[in-house]
Amino acid sequence: MRHRKSGRKLKRTASHRKALLGSLSTSLLRHKRITTTVAKAKETRMVVEKLITRARNAMANAAAAPAATVHARREVARHINDRKVVSELFSTIVDKVGSRPGGYTRIVRLGQRPGDGAELAVIELVDFNTGSELTGKTETKKKAARVGTYRKTEAGKKEKPAAKKAEASASAASKASE
Amino acid sequence: MPNPKRRHSKSRGRKRRTHYKATAAAVSECPNCHTQKLPHRACPNCGFYNGRTITVPKKA
Ligand SMILES: [Zn+2]
Repeated sequence: MRHRKSGRKLKRTASHRKALLGSLSTSLLRHKRITTTVAKAKETRMVVEKLITRARNAMANAAAAPAATVHARREVARHINDRKVVSELFSTIVDKVGSRPGGYTRIVRLGQRPGDGAELAVIELVDFNTGSELTGKTETKKKAARVGTYRKTEAGKKEKPAAKKAEASASAASKASE
Repeated sequence: MPNPKRRHSKSRGRKRRTHYKATAAAVSECPNCHTQKLPHRACPNCGFYNGRTITVPKKA
């Protein structure tokens, strides 16, 4: 029985599930907005919200205990498979999130996927998606998030206008203000 | 193992199945483009949800 056991199995083994949620969390923090199935989005939310809170609390106490920040980074890095994304989380994302008491992510259902009928959803970071980002953009953002290393992502990333991965942290701030 | 003693007639089975009915999907109207859409989902026609663009439809 699964009484009082939280979380979905997502039809995967523990290690497979851990790897999946790590990738999804990394992608979400990197791109601020990803499309996936509702079940995966909700599981990703459980992971990412905790990571952001962890980073936020560490940065709030950074002046008092700088060494604790290193520890927090390493704890977060267990779930995030890209060091650049970790540093972005501890700088840009924490700054942007500010004093929001949790609820950093938003999930919106999109309807069913043709093919297998799975219900899709967008999960996005609330503070990076205030509403004007998508207007004027032609959504051809296909599977760029799938590509392995961030270096490759840079090369295979043709669609987002002018926003190169290397300047992601810089452009994220300016993009939101557009 | 227990087994049925008698076969059911076609009539009997069909009478039982008269209660198998599909229900109409609940639909709501998109406040932005006024097409019918499923509730609590972004509009597949214009991509709006909760007062803002959530997704840009493939071809619109
Ligand atoms: Zn609409």
